[in-house]
Amino acid sequence: MSIFYFIAFLSILFSVLVISAKNPVHSILYLILTFFTFTIQYILLNAQFLAIVNFIVYMGAILVLFLYTLMLINLNKDSEPVKSNMVKIAGVLGGGCLLVVVVASLKAIGVSQPVLLKDPGLGLVKNLGKVLFNEFLLPFEVSSLLLLSAMVGAVLLATKDPKTT
Amino acid sequence: MESLFKTVQSVPLNHYILLSAIIFSIGVVGVLIRRNAIVIFMSIELMLNSVNLLLTAFSVYRGDASGQVFVFFIMALAAAEVAVGLAIIVMIYRNTNSVDINVLNRLKW
Repeated sequence: MSIFYFIAFLSILFSVLVISAKNPVHSILYLILTFFTFTIQYILLNAQFLAIVNFIVYMGAILVLFLYTLMLINLNKDSEPVKSNMVKIAGVLGGGCLLVVVVASLKAIGVSQPVLLKDPGLGLVKNLGKVLFNEFLLPFEVSSLLLLSAMVGAVLLATKDPKTT
Repeated sequence: MESLFKTVQSVPLNHYILLSAIIFSIGVVGVLIRRNAIVIFMSIELMLNSVNLLLTAFSVYRGDASGQVFVFFIMALAAAEVAVGLAIIVMIYRNTNSVDINVLNRLKW
């Protein structure tokens, strides 16, 4: 029980650090820590497949891509843009209002049941694979098309146009 | 693994919703207060992940595996989005020599 609250506290702390760190590289490193705490949450929920995918895809692939791009475009401290304090206060107020609205609507639900795992094999690869390739076969194929088009689009966008340069 | 799961069994569903709402709001604040395009992108990743956690918690709560399959699709979507978005950011940097989003307020350069 208490391990959930400890991990939840860590994820909130690291995600605040993500948006408040001055250096973008530090932001990415804190984001990796945040995603690691999410992986622990998945393990606590016994969603083992998602924990591994989160670990490999998010922390291994996506964040390394971020870090690589950031190193490629070589930002130094002087070029780091800073918003005025007025805009910062307005942004924090806006986000705080969103949080208050969500929490207030949560309050209307009342007391909730604890999260209980009825089927221990729910998040395992065996069960998820059966669901994925029976009910969700068409979306799975469509997502492969999406990934292919994203790859082509990324290559097309990132290559230099020989006519304009 | 079974004993590890036993520890979390008494956490109410409301606390998962609360945690996801807090992290989602932090992501929204990050989009609003930062001007670096890459940090804004990372805030969007934070929001996607908070929704992923909530979907998993609901899936375990209802005993339905569809929620976890949805999380899998969201992860595939996030990978595609990051690939295209970072390519756009690299192109913007090549054209304007900065990743400040205020440079882009006219959508032309």
